[in-house]
Amino acid sequence: MRKSDLFLRGVAVASALLLLTALDSALRSRMAGPAIASRAALVSDLDLTDLALFTEARYTRHPSQADLHSAFQDHPIAIEHFPTGSVVPARAPMPVAAPVQP
Amino acid sequence: MREWLRRQRYLIDYSLSALARRPGKHVGLLVVYTLIVFLLASVMLFTHALRREAALVLADSPQIILQRQVAGRHDLMPLEYLERIGRLRGVSALYGRLWGYFYDPAVRANYTLMVPPESSTGHRAPDPGEITIGSGIARTRGLAVGDYLSLRSARGEPFSFRVASLLPTTTELVSTDLMLLSAADFRRFFAYPEDRVTDIVLEVRNPREVRTVAEKLILALPDTRPILREEILRTYDAVFGWRQGLVFVLLAGAVLAFVIFAWDRASGLSGEERREIGILKSIGWETGDVLRMKFWEGTILSLTAFSLGYLLAYAHVFYGSAALFEPVLKGWAVLYPEIRPIPFVDGLQVATLLAFTVFPYTVATIIPIWRAAVMDPDAVMR
Repeated sequence: MRKSDLFLRGVAVASALLLLTALDSALRSRMAGPAIASRAALVSDLDLTDLALFTEARYTRHPSQADLHSAFQDHPIAIEHFPTGSVVPARAPMPVAAPVQP
Repeated sequence: MREWLRRQRYLIDYSLSALARRPGKHVGLLVVYTLIVFLLASVMLFTHALRREAALVLADSPQIILQRQVAGRHDLMPLEYLERIGRLRGVSALYGRLWGYFYDPAVRANYTLMVPPESSTGHRAPDPGEITIGSGIARTRGLAVGDYLSLRSARGEPFSFRVASLLPTTTELVSTDLMLLSAADFRRFFAYPEDRVTDIVLEVRNPREVRTVAEKLILALPDTRPILREEILRTYDAVFGWRQGLVFVLLAGAVLAFVIFAWDRASGLSGEERREIGILKSIGWETGDVLRMKFWEGTILSLTAFSLGYLLAYAHVFYGSAALFEPVLKGWAVLYPEIRPIPFVDGLQVATLLAFTVFPYTVATIIPIWRAAVMDPDAVMR
């Protein structure tokens, strides 16, 4: 067999596998619909606000509910205690409100 | 056209033979190249899948949450604030939430204790003395329905809760550390003041008025801070964006090392390669043919590396539960959800990765070859 035939076959196999990942992704994300719906239902039912990805500290368990600089609550230049804190940024503050009459 | 195709096949034949002549060098390059694509693709697929899932799961989180701040810190909310907010136009529902954290020294884990809201249809508050727990707590403490969990209350008294039910494992991503209990138990356990709640949830009739209501809240209750649903969603977008960016920055060193390695390999022609070009030209190859042959060499290498790297990354993230990222996600946490990312793949991201990994290498190989190929064969061989 010629080397180019070998290469072209390799390209065909790789393309087929890449296509398969696209199919797999479409199929599995559709199949995950009920699981996502059950999570969303629990969030709506219990008024949850955050994912339980990092449970080690308050501000990593509920980043959306944390103080803006909670990682530095002990001291402005305190060294962060938790490894996750270095990959969870502070929540973006809400833009300053324009004066509106209550 | 047929002639052109035949010509390309001969060039591929020759390129593959040329690559096979220096196997050690090219296999080494292929391994490093594949590893770089694998790492970049893994981070990209993982963060995109989690970001997409967070957006879908948190789409129905509370419209507005109002927190009280005292001296810059989150404080308990007086129940009287509910009446004061009740007069605001546009608010359709408002109620207090009771929730907090408990550190369990027995397993060194933090639990999130919560009282289900009265409006909850699927999860009514457990009876006094009973709890509903997430799978993470059940796994860590080895609990099943009917078992008792003993915890020490804020007053130092031991409290025994009977596990009435477990939250479904499919909801682990949002409930792994949750412990649902009745309002009476919550207040007794934490010695929580009767006239306080943790924060307030507000529902607004017209979603377009959410921001206006939030602005009115800031003016009416200056010691409070409203958190909007859009901010919650933005937080998660930022968390995963930041995480992806941070890993990319950490990987930048490795990527740069690879770029230098590939550039050196591609641009610095060895004497042997120069001689090869000289011989090819002297036996009748045109400059265009030499360039095409080298173009195929670069394409074969970079396409193989991309395909292998991407396929391995896909398998690692979506079939291996991103095992390499596990230590980063767990941190020091004892309780963590078992994450099985759902394969949400962004075609544009994959195309970007392809463009940034395949084209630069291919182009980098062409320029030095072109310089050598346009020279006189005799001069090149000398």
